[in-house]
Amino acid sequence: MSGIVILGGGECGSRAAFSARDQGYSGPITIVDEETGLPYERPPLSKPDAQGIIRKPICSADMLRDKAITLLDGLQAISLDREVRCVTLSTGVKLGYDKLLFATGASARQLTCDGGERALSLRTVHDAARIYDIAQPGTKVVIVGAGLIGLELAAVLVARGVDVSVLEYAPVALGRNVPRPLAQRIVDRHVSEGSHIFCGVEVDSITAGHVVLADGRMLAANLVVAAIGVAPRTGLAAVAGLAIENGVCVNDNLCTDDPHVFAAGDCASVQRGGIRQRFETWQNAQIQGDIAGRNMAGGQHAFDGPVWFWSDQFDLGLQGVGQTNGAVFATRKVDNDAEVLFYVNEASQLVGAVGLGRGNAIAKDIKLAQKLIEAGVSIVAEHLNDPDINLKTLLKPATTA
Amino acid sequence: MANWIDACAAEDIDEEDVIRFDYDGRTFAIYRSPDNVYFCTDGLCTHEQIHLADGLVMDHTIECPKHNGQFDYRTGKAMRAPVCVNLGTYATKVEGDRVLIEI
Repeated sequence: MSGIVILGGGECGSRAAFSARDQGYSGPITIVDEETGLPYERPPLSKPDAQGIIRKPICSADMLRDKAITLLDGLQAISLDREVRCVTLSTGVKLGYDKLLFATGASARQLTCDGGERALSLRTVHDAARIYDIAQPGTKVVIVGAGLIGLELAAVLVARGVDVSVLEYAPVALGRNVPRPLAQRIVDRHVSEGSHIFCGVEVDSITAGHVVLADGRMLAANLVVAAIGVAPRTGLAAVAGLAIENGVCVNDNLCTDDPHVFAAGDCASVQRGGIRQRFETWQNAQIQGDIAGRNMAGGQHAFDGPVWFWSDQFDLGLQGVGQTNGAVFATRKVDNDAEVLFYVNEASQLVGAVGLGRGNAIAKDIKLAQKLIEAGVSIVAEHLNDPDINLKTLLKPATTA
Repeated sequence: MANWIDACAAEDIDEEDVIRFDYDGRTFAIYRSPDNVYFCTDGLCTHEQIHLADGLVMDHTIECPKHNGQFDYRTGKAMRAPVCVNLGTYATKVEGDRVLIEI
């Protein structure tokens, strides 16, 4: 029996299954997930409440049943034969397919230093449970990596009364995806809340109870967490002969060179600006999953919109959309402690925006920035700089006679 | 039994926009549509209890400021993942320059 087979039951794989059904696909749809239980959202894993981690299901068993989506959880796909279009599972069961989706996501990078295996990662609900179990008030936790996930975790643990140190190899924290002025504000907040942040440091080794730095310093640690990024899970796709370049290579329809095989989400790379790019955001997983699901069901949708992300650090909300590198074109002070930075291309079209403020102060402007990017309208800096000009008016210019 | 509450002045809400209204331990979102009609829904997104009034109103949809879930604020219907549970809606009326909601 063939149909749609989806490898991976995270945000992307789940979304693909429902979207294929929404598109009118009537054949069997099967999700194969290595984790057990219903698909769940990962963002809450770095945002536990007082009771601990929140396992927030993406869908209920009823929703899967209503849409005739079969979830095979706790199983692994171990081989793929593209000639006969068949996936073999860890149980030996063979699943034929008409369309196959790699939604295998990414796995946390491991530290390669001596004792690196002692560090935990934060990727799954089990990882999160182990971390919050050990990181009780009064314990010492060292987080390696001052990116968004490392700092989100630091914020949560400091608020719990944990003694937190964050180590970053690069000269600055959040250097990869947050503009300097906003990154500095986030770092300052962490320091004022009591985190110790060390940039430009290298980990030499991890022992039972300590992290040893290359300069000889030692930091006591009841727990070490590695938050040094993720690598796309492409193993099975590579063995099956699919092109791999920074992820499973797909076209704008999220199809590989094999018209029966798609890839989406963290594991997939698309051509953008002359290079193969992956987008490791929740929204990308959702949108690419939706597009891949529809296309496997016969649709012709292209992935072309700007990618959006958010991060919560204490009560500060960071959101970004599109390309947020290069020179800042305009800065909008939304209120006393909320601002949005804008980026344009040579044609003065908005290509990116990133903002930071308390709560959701910058959310509306970031959403409008996304729509302005999608609309491709040309922008003047004065309009963006002036918080009294509603960005919506730039999207819908008044029609004049 | 109908319980009409005076919520705000009609001009407190810009066209195609939303404000938050708290009453008696509850929170609501009150909208003014592009065609100048007022609507009222529950104030919190059904996905993660975020105040919708910080979100973006476009035409007849409200987009949650956090995770981009969308609702049709006229009916409360959930329009886009991750939201899948509809919002409660409440009748509104305008008397003079005041907007009243029925809760």
